[in-house]
Amino acid sequence: MAHAPTSTPTSTPPPTSTPTASTAATPAATGAGPAPRGRLASALRAHALTRLLPFAVFAAVLVPPALTLWPGTAWPDALTVDLSGPLGGASDWIIDNRDSHPLFLYFFGHISNAVVLCVRAVYLVLLGAGWAGVTAAAGLIAWRVAGVRLALTAVASIAVCGLLGMWVPTMQTLALMVVAVVVSVVLGALLGLAAGLSDRLYRALRPVLDTMQVLPAFAYLLPVVLIFGIGVPAAVLATVVYAAPPMARLTALGLREADRGVMEAVTSLGTTARQRLLSARLPLARTQLLLGLNQTIMMALSMAVIASVIGAGGLGDRVYQALASVDVGAALAAGLPIVLLAVVLDRVTAAAGSGSGPAASGTSPSGTSPSGTGGDAGGRLRGAWVGPGRTGWVLVAVAAVAVALAGRLAGRLNWPGSWTVAIAEPVNGAVDWMTAHLYSGVPVVGGTADWAGRFTTWVLDPLRGGLQGLPWWALLLVVAALALAIGTWRTALTAVLALALTGVLGVWNPSLDTLSQVLAAVVVTLVIGFATGVAAARSRRVEALLRPVLDVFQTLPQFVYLIPVVALFGVGRAPAVAAAVVYALPAVVRITTQGLREVDASALESARSLGATGGQQLRQVQLPLAGPALRLAVNQGVVLVLAVVIIGGLVGGGALGYSVVFGLAQGDLATGLVAGAAIVCLGLLLDRVSQPTERAGADRKGA
Amino acid sequence: MARPPHTRTRTRALARARTRTRARGAAALASACALVAVTGCGAADMTKQASPYANAQGAKSVTLAVQSWVGAQANVAVVKYLLEHELGYHVDTVQIDEVPAWDALSQGRVDAILEDWGHPEQEKRYVDDKKTIASGGGLGVTGHIGWFVPTYFAKQHPDVTDWRNLNKYADRFRTPESGGKGQLLDGSPSYVTNDKALVSNLNLDYQVVFAGSEAAQITQIEQFAKEKKPFLTYWYKPQWLFEKVPMTEVRLPPYKEGCDADARKVACAYPHTPLEKFLNADFARQGGAAAALMKNFRWTTEEQNEVALMIAERKMSPDDAAAAWAKENRPVWQKWLPKRK
Repeated sequence: MAHAPTSTPTSTPPPTSTPTASTAATPAATGAGPAPRGRLASALRAHALTRLLPFAVFAAVLVPPALTLWPGTAWPDALTVDLSGPLGGASDWIIDNRDSHPLFLYFFGHISNAVVLCVRAVYLVLLGAGWAGVTAAAGLIAWRVAGVRLALTAVASIAVCGLLGMWVPTMQTLALMVVAVVVSVVLGALLGLAAGLSDRLYRALRPVLDTMQVLPAFAYLLPVVLIFGIGVPAAVLATVVYAAPPMARLTALGLREADRGVMEAVTSLGTTARQRLLSARLPLARTQLLLGLNQTIMMALSMAVIASVIGAGGLGDRVYQALASVDVGAALAAGLPIVLLAVVLDRVTAAAGSGSGPAASGTSPSGTSPSGTGGDAGGRLRGAWVGPGRTGWVLVAVAAVAVALAGRLAGRLNWPGSWTVAIAEPVNGAVDWMTAHLYSGVPVVGGTADWAGRFTTWVLDPLRGGLQGLPWWALLLVVAALALAIGTWRTALTAVLALALTGVLGVWNPSLDTLSQVLAAVVVTLVIGFATGVAAARSRRVEALLRPVLDVFQTLPQFVYLIPVVALFGVGRAPAVAAAVVYALPAVVRITTQGLREVDASALESARSLGATGGQQLRQVQLPLAGPALRLAVNQGVVLVLAVVIIGGLVGGGALGYSVVFGLAQGDLATGLVAGAAIVCLGLLLDRVSQPTERAGADRKGA
Repeated sequence: MARPPHTRTRTRALARARTRTRARGAAALASACALVAVTGCGAADMTKQASPYANAQGAKSVTLAVQSWVGAQANVAVVKYLLEHELGYHVDTVQIDEVPAWDALSQGRVDAILEDWGHPEQEKRYVDDKKTIASGGGLGVTGHIGWFVPTYFAKQHPDVTDWRNLNKYADRFRTPESGGKGQLLDGSPSYVTNDKALVSNLNLDYQVVFAGSEAAQITQIEQFAKEKKPFLTYWYKPQWLFEKVPMTEVRLPPYKEGCDADARKVACAYPHTPLEKFLNADFARQGGAAAALMKNFRWTTEEQNEVALMIAERKMSPDDAAAAWAKENRPVWQKWLPKRK
């Protein structure tokens, strides 16, 4: 789910919407720049007024007839479409014809078999290489790409996977990931290539890709399962659908941002289109392509656990099975390898993206930010790929094969059973202690269960009641006004239509229930996130302390902390909200810290020379200047929170999340698909309402 | 993008590039052909969809579906232990919900379900009509679903165990999540439940709160029990949690054959269901010793609970628990093993 793991633990670009990230990171580029705050605010106000006025007239004309036609506050029944009949029919048709219809026999069947074959081939290679071979290969590749330190990290991480007794599941997950990532990258690169070269395709693809970025993965598991059945093919395909968009997006972006001067020069040499593409455009887009690869890998890994719900096997399945027996320790033992794989893959690909060879390994890989393409790109048009590296790679391959053979000859293919460390018991002990002592009866502040109860009664209930009590047309108007105030007519229209569609689908009330949970969680996330972000931006020590914590929480599968959350907060909506907050916090903290840090140093300097105190600097210089980053943090927070609130259906969150889980568990297409569609609508709505001018800015740039 | 300027000055480099791409194209074509050749050019057999992890490194392998509850884990763990240690198989397990598991079974993605709680619709579709699934006989354990209150509460208020008195206690079962009504805690969405219909048909002042997963429900029950708070929950037997949190069943209007036929009008208790095993039809015919073992596998509620409790309560891994149980109970499982010819 969610996009948090996409943001790389080390590298700086914030999650998902990288184009927006790049513009946020360099505010000057969008033209928003360090304008004086007053002027900006008044401009914004004027802008909002001119838009809201015609809108108000429009609303005044439309509301009275709507009121007389469909009185009442809930969504009118006359405007809903009951899809359970046709969807149930479709589901039955698929099940009845799956073994015999040509569509399945000659199309889906072959896709499914090809996936199984590929995963199996990779799996056998990994098993055949044995633990020694795999560890050596990982270390050597990391060394070639990113230097000694990362090589050691890689070797240590893979060894820990073995130590935790998770060798075989790790290899299963790795095999699945390799296939899914390769397919995603090929698919994404092809789409990106097409969109990068053709303006029309770009315009057509962009909204689709934008939408894909905000979809919680849970929403589209069901259709995939129905066609392919539970198992690895369905898991791979769901992962591909989830992981390919960033690759497509960044490829297109990289191709379109190619330096005009270089292109001009190459064209004047009389090259053909293909030559220009292969020798100039693609090499120039190298940074973006590798960033795309990085994001694709992270998104694929974050699907590993969610895909276990539809039979992916491997580590995700271990997490899922451990949770069934309420065994947080075992779940963590299976979750940690995922975290480690994510950290290693992220850092290696990020280092590759920043072009740092063994020599430059010490520097932080923040060079992945897409702005670094320009100047030196001409120099490494081709050099980076070949050059002295080739012999090095041959050596790496030889060494890895040698180690693998040695391991084979020694008869040590599987991780030795005696070399494992059981972490489950101490972890469970800690969790038990925590829940026993914090659940209730803590003097003065009360236990966590009391907080959860109060949060439900005083925040969630009124919020849900308010949303559901508001007349439907009023809610649509509020959404339209909000979207208009910070976006364009088009975003407002999308947002309103998305909300209306939840009503049409007949899930108005559950959607609002989910929405209320999302809103409550977003507020909590932002309050904590901004506070922590400010603290981290002001003190290097706090940031250094926070970094590993953020890394772990960003890549840890959400399923792992669902159970501790229930133990602390009981069953219901409160734990769903708590899990969402935990999941979304790292991204928000990171973007906030980074935004505050990147505030123009000279502006700060001048404020300081004028005698501004620390607080004044923060309030009057840093926060206003970091505006774009903060808005990005809000947007990311909203998207991530939605993803986990949906998973909260597993811990009593109810509403749409429960319907999706129900649909999956009972194979009930009508319930699951409608809820999934409603989630998509909510995602669109929330994204559009929280996505401020950055996207428009990116459009202006032609990005 | 602009069309390339027409040019006659094709350099040798370009020609080389061409050959290279052609060679690459040929390679791609060849690999595509190989793929088609391997997958078979004709129709794909959708009923033979094995797991890619099966039979790795030449091992005979079996894939078992594990459902999310611990009793099912106990079945699978013991069968897995016997298959691996007595018959030399490699066993993969996949956690799947009940209804999708039927689907996976019919497609051959898993070979067996060892504990099924009765899915007449699926049974008719796959066993009777499509014949892709074969019955594997009874498990020996009888399952029962019901509403339960903790025994410590039932002792203080004996009349709570009759459904007619439930409304009297509704406010005792209230939680923030259930609003002004009493809370009836339900579990995983994959379980068979008529609770919403029951609450409305019996005019109970209760709100069904879905925990969303059994893990969440168990965690919540344990927290309630730690504080000796009253609660009302959907639960089922056999289940290891009874050993840790003793619970007493609330008597609902008695079950009569067919009283739960219309899901919306249900106003009676849940039946007692003999749990059954199901095998993939091909596996049942050709599965050799493994299939024979699974058909013979039959044990009692107490035996299942013993293993389940080791897994859930003593936090042993299912494999360790099965090994420990098998060491103590050799005569029990000896008779499940297929006779050596």
